[in-house]
Amino acid sequence: MKARSADFWSGLALGGLGAYIIVVASRWEYAGQDGPGPGFFPLWYGIVMAVLSLMLTVSSVTSKDRSMIDWSGARSAFVTWGAFTLMVATLKLAGFVIGFGALTFFIVLVMYRKPLKVAAFTAIGLAAGFYAVFPLALGVQLP
Amino acid sequence: MEVLTGLMHGFGVALQPLNLLWCFLGVVLGTVIGIMPGLGPPATIAMLLPLTFLMNPASAMIMLAGIYYGAKYGGSTTSILLNVPGESASVVTCIDGYEMAKKGRAGAALGMAAIASFVAGTVGVVGLMLVAPPLARLSLAFSSPEYFALMALGLAMVVLLAGRSMVKALLATLVGLWLAGIGTDLFSQTSRFTFGQMELLSGIDFVVVAIGVFALGEVFANMEERGAAPMIEVPKGLRNLLPTLQDLKDSRFAFVNGSVVGFLIGVLPGAGSTIASFISYGIEKAVSKHPEKFGHGAVEGVAAPEGANNSETGGALVPMLTLGIPGSGTTAVLLAALVLWGFKPGPLFISENPAMFWGLVASMYIGNVMLLILNLPLVPLFAQVLRAPVYVLYPLILGISVVGVYSTSGSVFDVWLLAGFGLMGYLMRKLDFPSAPLILGLVLGGAMERALRQSLMMSDGHLSILVSRPVSAVMLSLALLILLVPLFNKFNTWRLKALDS
Repeated sequence: MKARSADFWSGLALGGLGAYIIVVASRWEYAGQDGPGPGFFPLWYGIVMAVLSLMLTVSSVTSKDRSMIDWSGARSAFVTWGAFTLMVATLKLAGFVIGFGALTFFIVLVMYRKPLKVAAFTAIGLAAGFYAVFPLALGVQLP
Repeated sequence: MEVLTGLMHGFGVALQPLNLLWCFLGVVLGTVIGIMPGLGPPATIAMLLPLTFLMNPASAMIMLAGIYYGAKYGGSTTSILLNVPGESASVVTCIDGYEMAKKGRAGAALGMAAIASFVAGTVGVVGLMLVAPPLARLSLAFSSPEYFALMALGLAMVVLLAGRSMVKALLATLVGLWLAGIGTDLFSQTSRFTFGQMELLSGIDFVVVAIGVFALGEVFANMEERGAAPMIEVPKGLRNLLPTLQDLKDSRFAFVNGSVVGFLIGVLPGAGSTIASFISYGIEKAVSKHPEKFGHGAVEGVAAPEGANNSETGGALVPMLTLGIPGSGTTAVLLAALVLWGFKPGPLFISENPAMFWGLVASMYIGNVMLLILNLPLVPLFAQVLRAPVYVLYPLILGISVVGVYSTSGSVFDVWLLAGFGLMGYLMRKLDFPSAPLILGLVLGGAMERALRQSLMMSDGHLSILVSRPVSAVMLSLALLILLVPLFNKFNTWRLKALDS
């Protein structure tokens, strides 16, 4: 992906956020008898954000920059993030120890392509270690 | 006299056995994470922040600061042995450090890095001790308009050197301001940007954003590259780790240069230790009688940048503690830690919390001595950290992050937010959006809005109050000038060159 098309899309996304901030902040009081209201500050940074996002989008269209963003390794990052999110989603159901053990097992086995035994040993060891350190030794509750 | 009395008080705090232990743990942990490429001090401090709620705040600060300056010592090890900087401040050490190692002088390079770090790190603490109290007294005269202007200037300086694109750095700052604004407005009790979620009424916890953007973002980014770089062996025996007398003689000026440049750059918000190390390296090369040796294993090329990045730590703590203005991602996390423990960094911080300030200063003297002792004979041992399997390290970081966030609020909603901010941190890295301005915007957002609104209350709504007072007028003019740098080709070229180098 070209860096300038990444800038184009991030400019659009941030422009959307800026527009949202402006719309929402304009519903709140801008200035009252006691001074500036809750809408004063957000309205101004929303406007600046919208303007800067527009600048980023326009400059990405007019730019002659041919540099590329290397997304070749991004799949691994997104898969790990997906696995992490799945662990969060199952926290209430499975609890932290089981969810974290499964996440570790997945990372070691699939992402690092280590043997099954190594993955299982690491997962069980880390999950047990967390249980021993946090709830047992420190009295910190796990999710 | 006041300084001596304060320092004595500080040593009374820092020399307590428990605080010595926390200091030791901090500097060891700092050295270890400094050695590990891809895991920096802001991520580590953010991850450990929730656990410090169980500790005495002075002990916690001593430990977290130990991580901060300990990481600067550790960063050089990876630069010298792997030609990969352990942290960004050690980038320039790769140039001559790795060349020395290739010529069989890895021990001397590591030893010189440790000695320069100790000398300059200690000078940085002396600077902090001498500059912070008078600056705090001076800033007592500041009112809301001056504070708003100071924060605007701090953010502008961070934006100037945060990345190639100032527009992106500014946008990151604004997102930080927006995140800071989520929750209930304390002036009017209006709930803002809460999307109907009860959990957002009290705002987004700083810890969630910092751990997500720094720690998780780094883990996801590191998952992209899973290979290991070849490492040069560390020579065994203390004698092989000591630089020669000639090395020390050649590095005399580098010690002074690194100490002074590092501290001065540290006091300026935004510049940071990476810039400090580059500038001191540049000065060293410029004044050297043998500039041709630089890049081919000049020992001064290790001493100057390593000194600068350690002295910078003392400088960076000056505006953070006395003005409440952090200049980098790490000091932003440290500032947030102080606020979360119930302190108010600013002009009154030193006078209201002498045990905390002077205890921290004294612990930094002790910590630097500990680091010198640890880093000379034990470098071969620390270098083994580089052999630690990353497939254990990364799940460990993910686990500590989840437990840290959950232990702060007891809310799974915050763990969901953590996942979201982790993805955001990763995408920011990929799309070249700097994370430091976002964190600074988040840390300063609430105080900045409060200062602006209080200023306008003072003036019955007239914005002219910001420019009619000389101090705030000067600071706002400087902030504006900084933000207009891209319009001036000459200055922008200099800025881009500094960033490219």
